Amino acid sequence: MDFNDSPEQAEFRKTCRKWLEGNAELNSGASREDSFGSSKHLEAAKQWQKKKYAAGWAMLHWPKSYGGIEASPIERIIWSEEESKFNVPRGIYEIGLGMCGPVMMQYASEDQKSRFLPPMAEGKEIWCQLFSEPSAGSDVAGLRSKAVQDGDKWIVNGQKVWTSGAQFCDYGILVVRHDANLDKHKGMTFFFVDMKSPGIEVKPIKQITGGSSFNEVYFNDVVIPDSQRLGEIGDGWKVAITTLMNERLAVGDASGADVEDAFRWAKNQDDSGEPLINNKAARDSIADWYCEANGLKNTKLRTMSALSKGETPGPEASITKVVSANKLQNIGNFGIDSLDMAGMLKSEDPDIKNFQGSWLGAPGLRIAGGTDEILRNIIAERVLGLPQDQRADKGVAFKDIPTGNS
Amino acid sequence: MNLDFSNDQKFLQEEARKFLEKENSINRNRGVLDSGHNTDTELWNKIVDLGWTGIRIPEEYGGLGLTHLELCVIAEELGRFLAPVPFSSSVYLFTEAIIKYASEDIKQDILPKLISGEVIGTLAVTEEFCAPTAANIKTEVSNNLISGKKIAVPDAGIATHSIIVTKSDAGISLQLINHSLDEVVVTHQENIDESRGHFSITLDKAPCTLVGDASNGWDLFESLMDQAAVLFSFEQLGGSQASLDMAVGYAKERYAFGRPIGSFQAIKHKLADMYIALTLAKSNCYYAAWALTSDSSDLPTAAATARVSSTKAYQFCSKENIQTHGGNGFTWEYDCHMFYRRSKLLSVNIGSLGKWKEKLVSSLEQSNKN
Repeated sequence: MDFNDSPEQAEFRKTCRKWLEGNAELNSGASREDSFGSSKHLEAAKQWQKKKYAAGWAMLHWPKSYGGIEASPIERIIWSEEESKFNVPRGIYEIGLGMCGPVMMQYASEDQKSRFLPPMAEGKEIWCQLFSEPSAGSDVAGLRSKAVQDGDKWIVNGQKVWTSGAQFCDYGILVVRHDANLDKHKGMTFFFVDMKSPGIEVKPIKQITGGSSFNEVYFNDVVIPDSQRLGEIGDGWKVAITTLMNERLAVGDASGADVEDAFRWAKNQDDSGEPLINNKAARDSIADWYCEANGLKNTKLRTMSALSKGETPGPEASITKVVSANKLQNIGNFGIDSLDMAGMLKSEDPDIKNFQGSWLGAPGLRIAGGTDEILRNIIAERVLGLPQDQRADKGVAFKDIPTGNS
Repeated sequence: MNLDFSNDQKFLQEEARKFLEKENSINRNRGVLDSGHNTDTELWNKIVDLGWTGIRIPEEYGGLGLTHLELCVIAEELGRFLAPVPFSSSVYLFTEAIIKYASEDIKQDILPKLISGEVIGTLAVTEEFCAPTAANIKTEVSNNLISGKKIAVPDAGIATHSIIVTKSDAGISLQLINHSLDEVVVTHQENIDESRGHFSITLDKAPCTLVGDASNGWDLFESLMDQAAVLFSFEQLGGSQASLDMAVGYAKERYAFGRPIGSFQAIKHKLADMYIALTLAKSNCYYAAWALTSDSSDLPTAAATARVSSTKAYQFCSKENIQTHGGNGFTWEYDCHMFYRRSKLLSVNIGSLGKWKEKLVSSLEQSNKN
């Protein structure tokens, strides 16, 4: 057991580090996060992505022909470890590069790949994912947006929702129902779509936090050429599943208040004339969060160890989001409660901001990219091998599945 | 980056698993519970023959001279198969104390006998129905004679020797005693997991030998607890995994309402939570194993983190395993209760959850100061 890089890995880390030092500033502790999706944030993110692309870091595991450097999984991790130590804009490209990229890589034609992948990596064109619908959340396959074939094109009508970044995206990947007479999972087809197409209307959704990172997207007679179909007609679910698998890898650790913040805070915060850290209940909670935080950190190290040896990691990383999102919520809650009545007040204090922001943001994290409940189902079925739930929607034409609305 | 055991260590673990499976260790545990014998001496002798009691003992004393990592993988298997043997008392506590603190004379005398099985040891600290502290130790040593009474000493019935935590004018010290002396009386005390008997030890001017320093014995004890916590954690990890495996197996086979109960989300989510607790514990155990073997200054924190996570995981997995089995889980006939009992024994041995949470936060405060 050791925590050392191999000589090649150490060399690679040095290369990453050197480039980052020449092109970005180290994290200073003070966060200068501009609000997500603001024009300032967007511009900074585009600039940073362009710089990375020019040097080969944007999608480093991709083939050289699309702008990558054909890096191994462990090199990819080393890069992101190093990049995370620098104060660079985040949050704009994760979905496009993490989910749309792999699908395009697997299903698009050679010409399309040459046309779309390099600008995607360079950040010139931003991509979003159009899956969820008002009546299809955890049950994504319940989607009812409709595509009707008309010669060499398709006419799409319907509504998508929770689409992150749709307000500034150039392209999107889309799964829709082409035949409601078929079984639920067989009547879907997958496309990519130009977000500037006539008939697409994007309406931002105001969230609990007050911000708007995601949107409703309406499709009114939107025309999509058949050449933009990914996979065969009726293969929509299969293609979507590939994407969702990538999403579960992309959505990981919660950012926000963690055990170090709670610990530091508790040492300074008053609790009836004593430091809060002397309070038994506070100590008990901090011990629990420390075990969770380090359990996740060490789980990640185990995954990396497997990758580092060229082995396939076990399923252990599947616990990450359930644990971290709940921990985030509890720590935010702890920080606010420690202020008693004043916990309601907004403040310029960065810790108070962090606790309140974490507490308000955590409910979203417990839902996005698979709810706590869906993730537990996945652990139970895929990791522990338990049988699927009995379902009312199998072997029935989609149009005949009960909806509760009719 | 390599937070994993080596291939040799994994091979050793595989061999240990095969051995304990073949020996039907879980059934032996039931046999010990039913018979009231408090330990399976036949299984213990086979374990001694395999050399496991000498894993960490240096080669110059006839041991295998291996690291704690080898002990960790064995511990995990002993936990998985509920081995009803005094391994934790004799190896993680007594042997480690001798290796760490004893004089050369004692090592020459005792270590080879621990390897051969002639000596089995345990550690006696508790005196009252509350957690032991440096302040509430009353057992006194003077002129190398101990007087006092220890209670709830695991495996003292089969043990030939003990390390006794004592006090004197100089402070707290660790003392080695031989159970065969007339001045030492070992008496069985009924407990809630009789597969590992608990005993009182009454000492009436019993001759003893000092192990380690005569005044700072409590620090030595605490340091011994830190490393023992890592080994106990691995044993707890094995028990957690076995409990989860049992629950998963039953949930697939047991039908209710016309379907396997494992297809119900109420059961799925419970088992997923067991997997989550187990995975967090496992990863923290691996890190603690690294900290233990590499003499890291992070050991007190890492050991407490592994210990808290593993205690929580085993308590959770063993109780929810019973729940998943429904009424059957409450019977003597099903194995669930044996894991439930052992989870409690391992979680209060060397100090319960609250104590280790407190140690964890104290160690964070400590390392934060430095």
